[in-house]
Amino acid sequence: MSTFWSVWISVITLAVIFGCTWLLLATRKGQPHQETTEETLGHAFDGIEEYDNPLPKWWFQMFMGTVIFGVLYLIAYPGLGSFPGLLGWTQEGQWETEMAHAEENYAPVFAKYASLSIEEMQSEENASGLKMGQRMFANNCSVCHGTSATGAHGFPNLTDTDWLYGGKPATIKHSITEGRMGGMPPWGAVLGEDGVRDMTSYVLSLSGKEADADAVARAKPQFQALCTACHTANGTGMHALGAPNLTDDIWLYGGSFEKVAHTIRTGRNGVMPAHKNILSEDKIHLISAYVYSLSNK
Amino acid sequence: MSTATEHPTYNYKVVRQFAIMTVIWGIVGMTVGVLIASQLVWPQLNFDIPWLTFGRLRPLHTNAVIFAFGGSALFATSYYVVQRTCQVRLFSDALASFTFWGWQAVILAAAITLPMGFTSSKEYAELEWPIDILITIVWVCYAIVFLGTVKNRKTSHIYVGNWFYMAFIITVAVLHIVNSAAIPVSAFKSYSVYAGAVDAMVQWWYGHNAVGFFLTAGFLGMMYYFVPKQSERPIYSYRLSIVHFWALIATYMWAGGHHLHYTALPDWAQSVAMVMSLILLAPSWGGMINGMMTLSGAWHKLRTDPILRFLVVSLSFYGMSTFEGPMMAIKTVNALSHYTDWTVGHVHAGALGWVAMISIGATYHMIPRLWGKASMASVALINTHFWLATIGTVLYICAMWVNGILQGLMWRAVNEDGTLTYSFVEALEASHMGYFVRALGGVFWVTGMLLMAYNVWQTVRKDSSAPVADASAQAA
Repeated sequence: MSTFWSVWISVITLAVIFGCTWLLLATRKGQPHQETTEETLGHAFDGIEEYDNPLPKWWFQMFMGTVIFGVLYLIAYPGLGSFPGLLGWTQEGQWETEMAHAEENYAPVFAKYASLSIEEMQSEENASGLKMGQRMFANNCSVCHGTSATGAHGFPNLTDTDWLYGGKPATIKHSITEGRMGGMPPWGAVLGEDGVRDMTSYVLSLSGKEADADAVARAKPQFQALCTACHTANGTGMHALGAPNLTDDIWLYGGSFEKVAHTIRTGRNGVMPAHKNILSEDKIHLISAYVYSLSNK
Repeated sequence: MSTATEHPTYNYKVVRQFAIMTVIWGIVGMTVGVLIASQLVWPQLNFDIPWLTFGRLRPLHTNAVIFAFGGSALFATSYYVVQRTCQVRLFSDALASFTFWGWQAVILAAAITLPMGFTSSKEYAELEWPIDILITIVWVCYAIVFLGTVKNRKTSHIYVGNWFYMAFIITVAVLHIVNSAAIPVSAFKSYSVYAGAVDAMVQWWYGHNAVGFFLTAGFLGMMYYFVPKQSERPIYSYRLSIVHFWALIATYMWAGGHHLHYTALPDWAQSVAMVMSLILLAPSWGGMINGMMTLSGAWHKLRTDPILRFLVVSLSFYGMSTFEGPMMAIKTVNALSHYTDWTVGHVHAGALGWVAMISIGATYHMIPRLWGKASMASVALINTHFWLATIGTVLYICAMWVNGILQGLMWRAVNEDGTLTYSFVEALEASHMGYFVRALGGVFWVTGMLLMAYNVWQTVRKDSSAPVADASAQAA
């Protein structure tokens, strides 16, 4: 805030407060009666007269009390332009204090489990650690993966054994910490519309679904030429690239003919955000243990 | 009374029109309120029809009860009060008539465009720019009629009720124009000229002053006429009127920032808003005291006069909600109450308990006098209406207190590991009963309004059974 605006806002803030106080005191000083009176001001409006009663004492005191509190508050807290207040309070400061307080209180709760491996976390005696992982999952992950972690369109189911990037403890932890970027390029321009539909038949046939045999035969050489770099020659996918297994009849973006055709035609972009700047390492450890537990009962 | 004058020259036509529309828009606005309250209990009540969804009907409800019902009540009473307290006919009959038809056009346009989904997205100012322009024109005409009438007054002073009406009219004009400033991109779409935190601050400077000047100052003007008139008692303290009037309008202007505690709004603006909101307590209570103490010496009339009961209970709710408001503006309290149903309950303590109750009391006072009757057709029905409205308000605000505090506590509850104890949906499920009770309170209110409509119809129709006033009674 520039000096001009700082002075401007301070002056009119105080002018309003002290103006009201002056009016209150001046009116009180000038009142001819200190007790309730039957005297009126002598004029009437449509028959309505007005008594010249004094300001109620308790009301006057309440008014002065709020004014005094208000002035003290503006001395203690930021309020008068860029004057920061004697207490040096800011809402960012309050937030940081609360976060530090939380860190101090909760960090030891999580740290207890940091030395255990994710496999060790699965034992009965560490159930409360998994429970914490589940609650943090509910707060941080369920928006996309669902409260029961069964996923949604475009967001993988975490309760089955089908993993895009692998289901080993270290891999799960890496996915949460660093995030993942899944990219399936669009093939519509390369294959043409007929080619897309042939390829769809071929992809569906990999999961043993009914597909037009001629179309499958037509698309097979193109699959070998274009798709195997990621999905491998027999279509079982590749964890290193996050390329899905096409032979298990599990579909991230839907397994109907039209859905698969759409995926091939326009491509897909899947994003799992990195959480290393959002959650502490110990928290990620507990969430990883919970996610691991879902498919390793 | 000594100053009771013959008043064949007053323009009562426009007052009658606005008085009738007060009742009609009250029923419409509150019925929409009951529908959306019921949608929160039974979500299937939107019938999967886009223009019946909560998001579109909620602004229709707020616009209908604030600007259609409350606005019509303010127009009716201000035109009635300014003529009688200035002892002069309205400044211009033609302009007054234009404000009636113009204001009805605004409401009709709102009732059509809001369900269709046209919105500027500014709370309590959702109407798109062509309607905003019409509002501005109507409002300027209103200001000309009212201020012109005050200027032509036959009395030496300006009555306190008219101070409040003038503050309301002038400030609402400023608020509306500044907040609605927008760049149109098509006939039905515009974007605010402000951005980011500035837009939010302008929005709540407007929003809270809509409460302060539309729903408070205007209705205090109403209070200052109808309470002394119905109780036949002088105003308690002229000095109190002076102090609380100036302090109220000076501090209300600053309070809007308390809607933005703990947001991107700079700390200093939040602090000033909180301080001014606290200082606002005494000026607000000044109005309540002046109304309540005016009734002292006339308490026995409450036994027989349900209109006076409406006025007294409205002042009680006014006092209660103007105490609650400053408390909720304190950051520590706000951290619990903000974004919960507590806020909704607070608004309705003011909107139903204060604004609607005093409007209804004033309307029951005016209707017989406007149609030359000695009283309403049925005093017993006014009494029934009073109890329906009072019970409805209590059900509403208690349900929202319980829901609000419950939500605030559930949202902040954490486990021993710092994670949230409850998901949002669990707090929503826990609120279900409160939503039902709230909707029930709304049904009480609409029932009362329907009784009022019947009673008004029985009073004003040509072959009405209501007793005809003799000339002296009519002038009183």
